[in-house]
Amino acid sequence: MNAKTIGIILNGSEIHLKSNSLKELIDSLNLSEARFAVEINREIVPKSQIDNYTLNDKDEVEIVIAVGGG
Amino acid sequence: MKKLVVGSREFSSRLLVGTGKYKDFQETQDAIVASGAEVVTVAIRRTNIGQNKGEPNLLDFLNPEEFIILPNTAGCYSVDDAVRTCNLARELLDGHNLVKLEVLGDEKTLFPNMTQTLDAAKILVEDNFEVMVYCTDDPILCKELDDIGCVSIMPLAAPIGSGLGITNPYNIEIILENSNKPVIVDAGVGTASDATIAMELGCDGVLMNTAIAEAKNPVLMASAMKKAIESGREAFLAGRMKKRLYASKSSPEDGVIK
Repeated sequence: MNAKTIGIILNGSEIHLKSNSLKELIDSLNLSEARFAVEINREIVPKSQIDNYTLNDKDEVEIVIAVGGG
Repeated sequence: MKKLVVGSREFSSRLLVGTGKYKDFQETQDAIVASGAEVVTVAIRRTNIGQNKGEPNLLDFLNPEEFIILPNTAGCYSVDDAVRTCNLARELLDGHNLVKLEVLGDEKTLFPNMTQTLDAAKILVEDNFEVMVYCTDDPILCKELDDIGCVSIMPLAAPIGSGLGITNPYNIEIILENSNKPVIVDAGVGTASDATIAMELGCDGVLMNTAIAEAKNPVLMASAMKKAIESGREAFLAGRMKKRLYASKSSPEDGVIK
């Protein structure tokens, strides 16, 4: 592995990642125990596919949770 | 009391409540328990990037195995955003397909954009969602949503968060007469008597958030709303007396001492 990074848009903000593993991104967000859902480039990524999902440069990632609402 | 049947589900309470605007998750939970509601709405939002480890999550306080979680599409102003939000909600809740569709038209009134609401409802129904739909109190549009296959028609009583009460009971009556699906008043209720009025008209339920969350004592108001809904339902089922212009004696005419 070299030190190459990839750039993605996460929830509307550009970030750079050292790893292209979606699982590692989610772990870094402290979300592992919460209920959340992931959409990448407008496609839902089912929970079962998260562990093996590889992110690509310029991916647009949305990660959502449930919050209070009426 | 007879259960409320919405699509493939049965609800034992006819009061549906939101989870917004509370001081904290503990108050949210206390108020919801006091309301006796089984159906609880939530919004779907981007998670904070850099969330603290162990930061509390709403669904830690409202276990999806105890409550029926009803994700909404609040904040969506287009068909596309509303449909995307429903898909994310279904994934988040492990395939749960019951949603509250709202496609808003305007920030100031939060009235629904009904042409977009109809389009989104068609897409979602076709994709096997059970759609409870927030809509205007227009009887013709409510009928269209019914025909599309929405599982519950949810006309507003007044603007969201306004607390103005049932501003057009006559339209609600017409909607009830035309509808084959449960009609649940969504938005506008301010206090217990408003909820009772909706139920006395024959509505199948009431969905509210601000009336409870913005009360000085939300837990007490939640308890008041529970009773208001039950009273209104019983009064509707009992069938009210006819109104008359003049008095009608309740005590016998004979035997009055002279």
